[in-house]
Amino acid sequence: MSPPAVVTEEDGLSKVSSTVASGSSQSLDCFSQNGAGLKERNYLGLSDCSSVDSCASTVPVLCVEKKENMNLKATELRLGLPGSQSPERDPDLFSLSLAKLDEKPLFPLVPTKDGICLSSQKTVVSGNKRGFADTMDGFSQGKFTGNTGMNAMLSPRPSGAQPSAMKEMPSKLQERPCSDNNGTGHNHTGASISGSAPASKAQVVGWPPIRSFRKNSMATTSNKNNDEVDGKPGVGALFVKVSMDGAPYLRKVDLRSYTTYQELSSALEKMFSCFTLGQCGSHGAPGREMLSESKLRDLLHGSEYVLTYEDKDGDWMLVGDVPWEMFTDTCKRLKIMKGSDAIGLAPRAMEKSKSRS
Amino acid sequence: MNYFPDEVIEHIFDYVVSHRDRNALSLVCKSWYRIERCTRQRVFIGNCYSVTPERLFQRFPGLKSLTLKGKPHFADFSLVPYGWGGYVYPWIEALAKSRVGLEELRLKRMVVTDESLELLSRSFTHFKSLVLVSCEGFSTDGLAAIAANCRYLRELDLQENEVEDHKGQWLSCFPDSCTSLVSLNFACLKGEVSLGALERLVARSPNLKSLKLNRSVPLDALQRIMMRAPQLADLGIGSFVQDPESEAYIKLKSTILKCKSITSLSGLLEVAPHCLATIYPICPNLTSLNLSYAAGIQGSDLIKLIRHCVKLQRLWIMDCIGDKGLGVVAKTCTDLQELRVFPSVPFGNPVAVTEKGLVAISMGCPKLHSLLYFCHQMTNAALITVAKNCPNFIRFRLCILDATKPDPDTMQPLDEGFGAIVQSCRRLRRLSLSGQLTDQVFLYIGMYAEKLEMLSIAFAGDSDKGMLYVLNGCKKLRKLEIRDCPFGDMALLTDVGKYETMRSLWMSSCEVTVGACKLLAKKMPRLNVEIFNENEQEDCSLEDGQRVEKMYLYRTVAGKRRDAPEYVWTL
Repeated sequence: MSPPAVVTEEDGLSKVSSTVASGSSQSLDCFSQNGAGLKERNYLGLSDCSSVDSCASTVPVLCVEKKENMNLKATELRLGLPGSQSPERDPDLFSLSLAKLDEKPLFPLVPTKDGICLSSQKTVVSGNKRGFADTMDGFSQGKFTGNTGMNAMLSPRPSGAQPSAMKEMPSKLQERPCSDNNGTGHNHTGASISGSAPASKAQVVGWPPIRSFRKNSMATTSNKNNDEVDGKPGVGALFVKVSMDGAPYLRKVDLRSYTTYQELSSALEKMFSCFTLGQCGSHGAPGREMLSESKLRDLLHGSEYVLTYEDKDGDWMLVGDVPWEMFTDTCKRLKIMKGSDAIGLAPRAMEKSKSRS
Repeated sequence: MNYFPDEVIEHIFDYVVSHRDRNALSLVCKSWYRIERCTRQRVFIGNCYSVTPERLFQRFPGLKSLTLKGKPHFADFSLVPYGWGGYVYPWIEALAKSRVGLEELRLKRMVVTDESLELLSRSFTHFKSLVLVSCEGFSTDGLAAIAANCRYLRELDLQENEVEDHKGQWLSCFPDSCTSLVSLNFACLKGEVSLGALERLVARSPNLKSLKLNRSVPLDALQRIMMRAPQLADLGIGSFVQDPESEAYIKLKSTILKCKSITSLSGLLEVAPHCLATIYPICPNLTSLNLSYAAGIQGSDLIKLIRHCVKLQRLWIMDCIGDKGLGVVAKTCTDLQELRVFPSVPFGNPVAVTEKGLVAISMGCPKLHSLLYFCHQMTNAALITVAKNCPNFIRFRLCILDATKPDPDTMQPLDEGFGAIVQSCRRLRRLSLSGQLTDQVFLYIGMYAEKLEMLSIAFAGDSDKGMLYVLNGCKKLRKLEIRDCPFGDMALLTDVGKYETMRSLWMSSCEVTVGACKLLAKKMPRLNVEIFNENEQEDCSLEDGQRVEKMYLYRTVAGKRRDAPEYVWTL
C-alpha cells in the first residue's frame, strides 16, 4: 500500500530535506528581520525544490553562511547545557535575569534556542558545561533560527552525526553536576533515575512521557520489591524469618546483606538483645576480625542460645557448619533456640557451653 | 419538520447514545434541539473551562451523568506547573444548587478536594458512580464521606490518583445497608485498609463484578475475598506474596479454580514469582491483562503466564517481556486488539523491546487497533511492515526512549515509517510520534491522516511548515500538543480560525512569541490563550518579542477563567 508517489520521491525528498530546511531557515531569517509580520508562504515548499539540482545551487551558499555563523559560535568556550549558552558570554542576549530553571529540556538534540528567546535563558543559569552538540561536530544542532534573528544557528540536523552524538552523550551528561538550579526540571524523571540508574541518557523533563503516578509507583516498587520476595533467591534481598524462643514476635533479616556468619550473628544479637536481657549484649561484636563459622556457635552458646535454621528439606540444622553461600541458598528460616532445647542438634556445643559457664 | 409527536421522537432518541450523535441531532432543527436537550442524560465535557456549569444544566436539566476533563494532557508528564487549575468544586457546587439529579461523575486530571467529595456525597441522593482518573487533591477522608453518604453507590473507581492517606478507616464507612456495589477500585491507594471491613463489604455486595485491591491487601485476605465473590469478572490483585507451603496459599489455589468468571486481571502490585502459577487456571479465560504495575515479574515468568492467555484482547505489560516475549504474545494472543508496553524504569532496561517485538506482534495480531509502545529504537522498515500488517489502527503511540533517535539501520529519520502508518491506517484517530523526524512526516500526516483527532509531537520537525501541514491537512483535528519543536509565530497565526474547530492546542518550548499569542487572542475572542510565565521575577513584563515557554489555548464560551494562578496569563 505504499504510495508510489511518495516512494519515488523518497530519495529526492530526503536529499532535498536539508535544502528545504535551509530554504525555510533563510525565509525565517527574512521573517525575523521584518519583525512579527506574516508572510505569505508556500508551505508545500517541496515544490520550490522540485529537484535536487535546482536547490543545490542554493545549498552551498546557505551552508557556508551558516557554517561561518556556527563556527564562530562553536569556537567560543562556553559552559552550558546542551544547546544553551552561558550568561557571561552573551549578556546582550539575555537581558532578563532568570531566577530559576524551569522545565527546559536538556535533550542535546533539541534545537538550540540560542538567542531566540529570552525566557529560554533560564536554562543558562544552570548550564555549566559546553553544549554537547557543540563539542561534537562544531555545528550547533539547532534546527532553525529564532525570530530575533540574533543568531542564525541554522543547520539541517546532520543525521549522520546524531547517532554517534547520542552515544557520546553519556560521558557528557555524567560530567554535568546536578546543581540545584537544575532542580525543578530534572528531578522529576522518576525517582528511579536519580542515583541508582546510570545517567546514560538525557534527562529531559517529561520524557519519556510516562504518567507521574506510574513513575512514582515504579520507583517505590523497585525498591520495595526486592525486599518482599520471601525465601526466593533472586532479585537482591533474601528475607527470612527469625524466631526466638520466648520472644513475643518474630523478626526478619535479609541474608544477602551479610557476607559472613559473624555479621549475621551480630545483627541477630542486636535485634534480640531486648529479649535476652542483655546477655547477648555483653557478648557483643568481638571486634571486626572475621570469625570462623565455628566461633559463631561459641558466641551464642555463651548466652545459652543456639542459632539454628530450617533448610529446604525441612530439617533444623545448626548454623555454622556449611560455607556461607551454601547456607544462604538453603536457609528458609532461622530460629534462636535455648541451649537446653538444642540438645539434639549440637551435643558438642552443649558441652562447650557447660564447660565455659 | 416533525412527522411524529414529540414523545415518539424522544423514544427514538433514546437509541441514540453516543455524544457525537446526540450533538449532531441537536443541530438538525430547533425542535430537535429542544427535544434532545430535555432527554439528554449523559454529557461529556472535554475541557472543563470551555463552558460554565450554569450553562450546562440550563441546557440539560435532565443531566444524570457528567464527564469532565481538566488539565491538559501534558500535565501527566509534569509539564504543567502546580496550581494550574481544573478544580471540580465549582461544578459540584453549581450542580448541587441546580437540583440536577446527578448520578454519575467521571473526572480526569482534575483537582478534587475532600470538600468537593463531601459536598458531592451529600447533595445527590441517587448518586451512583464516581470515577476519578489521574486526579489529585483529596485524601481518604473524602473517600470516607462518599462511602458513608452515598446510599446507592454502585461504583467507586480510582485510577492512578494521588490520594493522601489519612489512616482513617474509610472502607469501614460503608454502612451495613450498602449492598449495591458493582465496582470498587482502590488500587492506587498507598495506605492500609481494614481487611475485615473489606471482606464484609464484599460479602454483602452480591452484584460486585469488579474489585481492584491495593498492595496492602495480602494474599490470604485475597483468598477469603475471592471465596465470597466467585462472581467477580474483573480482579485487581494487591499483594501476591506467600510462602508456597502455607495454608493460605494452598487455599488460594483451590479458590481460584472456582472463579471461572474472571475475564480481566490486573495489579499484582507486589508479587513473588513462584506464586504466579496459581493464576494459570484463570488465564485461558482472560480477555484483559494488565501487568504494567507488576514490577516483581521477570520476563521469563511473564512469558510463561502469557502462554496460557489465548483469548487475550487487551494486554498492558512492561518491557521486560522483551522482543522474544512479544513474539510469544504474537503467537498466543491472536485476538489481541490493544497493547501497551511500558518501560520498566523510565529509560527502559537493557533487555527491553525494539522494533522487532512490534513487527512480531503485527504479524501475529492483525486485529490490533490500539498501541502504546515504549521502545529503544524503531526502524522505517519495521513501521512499514507494521502498517501493512495492521491497517486497523485507531490509536498509534510510539515512544522511542531516545526522543530524536533515527532509524538505526539507515540513519534516516522516521518520516517514511510514520508516513506508511498514516497512509495505511485510514481510521487513525490518535497518533504520537517520536524519533528523528523532519517536516516530511507532517506532510504525510496532513495528506493522509484524515480522521486524526489527536496528535502529540515532541522534538520533531524542521520549520513552521511542519505544523502548517498538519493544521491544514487534518480536518478532524481536535487536540494538538507540541513540545520542543521549531514551530513559531508563522505557523501559529496562519490559520487562526482553525483553533475554534479544535478543543485545544498546547505548545511548549517552541518558537512562539508573546506578540503572536497576543495577536491571536485579539483576533479570536472565543479562545482562551494562556501563557505560563514561570519566571520568578515579579516585574517581568511581557515583551512582544519574548519567546513563550508554554502556551495552552482552548476554545471556550465561558470567557476568561477566574481561577487561574499567578503564573498563568490569559491574553
